[in-house]
Amino acid sequence: MMASGPTRNPSSLRRLAGAIYRRPRLQLGLLLGPPLGALVFVYLGSLGVLLLNAFWQFDPFTGRVLPNPTLDSFAQVVGTPVYRDVAIRTVLTAAAVTITDAVIAFPVAFYMARVASPRVRGILLVSVLLPLWSGYLVKVYAWRVMLLNNGFLDSILSPVGLRGPGLSQTSAWLVFSYLWLPYMILPVYAGLERIPGSLLEASSDLGGRAWATFRRVILPLAMPAVVAGSIFTFSLTLGDYVTPRLVAGGTQFIGNIVYENVGVVGNVPLAAAYATVPILVMIVYLLLARRSGAFESL
Amino acid sequence: METTRTLQRALRGVTAAVLVFVYVPIALIGLYAFNTNRVPTWPPSGFTLDWFGKAAQSSEIRSALLLSLEAAAGATIAALVLGTLAAFAVQRYRFFGREVVSFLVILPIALPGIVTGIALATAFTSFGITFGLGTIVVAHATFCVVTVYNNAIARLRRTARNFEEASMDLGADTWQTFQFVTFPNLRTALVAGGLLAFALSFDEIIVTLLVAGAQETLPIWIFNNSIRPNQGPVVNVVALLLLVLSAVPVYLANRISSDTTTIGP
Repeated sequence: MMASGPTRNPSSLRRLAGAIYRRPRLQLGLLLGPPLGALVFVYLGSLGVLLLNAFWQFDPFTGRVLPNPTLDSFAQVVGTPVYRDVAIRTVLTAAAVTITDAVIAFPVAFYMARVASPRVRGILLVSVLLPLWSGYLVKVYAWRVMLLNNGFLDSILSPVGLRGPGLSQTSAWLVFSYLWLPYMILPVYAGLERIPGSLLEASSDLGGRAWATFRRVILPLAMPAVVAGSIFTFSLTLGDYVTPRLVAGGTQFIGNIVYENVGVVGNVPLAAAYATVPILVMIVYLLLARRSGAFESL
Repeated sequence: METTRTLQRALRGVTAAVLVFVYVPIALIGLYAFNTNRVPTWPPSGFTLDWFGKAAQSSEIRSALLLSLEAAAGATIAALVLGTLAAFAVQRYRFFGREVVSFLVILPIALPGIVTGIALATAFTSFGITFGLGTIVVAHATFCVVTVYNNAIARLRRTARNFEEASMDLGADTWQTFQFVTFPNLRTALVAGGLLAFALSFDEIIVTLLVAGAQETLPIWIFNNSIRPNQGPVVNVVALLLLVLSAVPVYLANRISSDTTTIGP
């Protein structure tokens, strides 16, 4: 085994290994340095640059950003009715999507965790995982195709005298709920699976009927998992501009305003100031979620 | 709790309905890729393979595919290195700010996509960095680290340190212990995490669109062409390709390691 070492000069490498082995702080530094350095420098650094840009001045005549400290962009975000409406619409949509997904996810997760056989459970888990990790844009695009005039939805609904919602704000809610559903099912499933069966037996031994057990035992125990899932449904809705662009007709969300100000108008300070809205909403949301113990259920 | 037969049947019904709801739109795109009609009417009008030929001939699509593969490969390698190192540090050492590292790793996917995208784009612009493959790889790597980190840390948590100590007691040095004990234990977790990172990168558009400049990845090509009329059938073909190339790695990752069933650490 010693002979199959990776190097021609094992003695000096061995000495290096020994030197590192005797210094746990050095080991930690070597391990932690690259990932922490990259994330702090690239990610936190970028967030810092973004925040800084929110305080720069935008000259609408030249389209240039001037490094003069000002609160103009924040004043514009707060003072313009459209920006306020879009922010409220986005947060309300995120809330509606979160509630929709929680209601749909619960029975599915319960079936997976408590009723299904191990074989079926495995199949269901893969079926939930695949759309969670892959095919985001394909799914949005598929919905656009289905929602188009005289498309799939209009065709299958016409026999009952209905039409699909077309490209509209309702469609945005529908497609968001569709997209983020797996992000809710998975944590809720894990949360329900963790509930000891003995607690449910105890509840029924004490005379609790199915509904009472659900409301007073299962729901409180599963709540942190629902909150954990809601972090994703909420954050993903707040940060999406591709889905509204493809399925919401002309309805705008926070992401669209930010994207247009960076890409089309070049008003980075305004985009940066407006981007602080979802950041603040998420910080408040994460703080509330933390208090409910959701971080242990992520 | 005794779940009654009726309740069980109702739950099974709801679950089946939800699965149909999840998979019908995906199946429909697959179906329309073979449809003769340019317009996606229902029902499809006939079967053809023409659009696949058209897609294969397009140099635009080929270069978009190449860029997506390059970006995903780069992001996966970076995520493997950074995620593994971070997982070792957090799982094997006790230090001040340990929870902060976990939080920092998950932050790029926990914060709204537009925030991550515009932050990176603004920073690249401020430092005069030209948008292209490099900026895409850096952006993807920041949010792909979490997949490798999660899988590696879950595996490390379950493997006892005794084996490594035994290896050292038997005279192996740090490298040999890593090569013959630690790494073989960790291998499948790293492969699974790497596959998820690849899928995540290959599929991403919200951040990518902001840091790609004039370059087109496969998702960006679909996005740009899905709004143009008359490109429909070819877009369906490319969408099917994108779906397969991002779903297969996820499926494999799940087969290799059971740790892929969590989103956060």
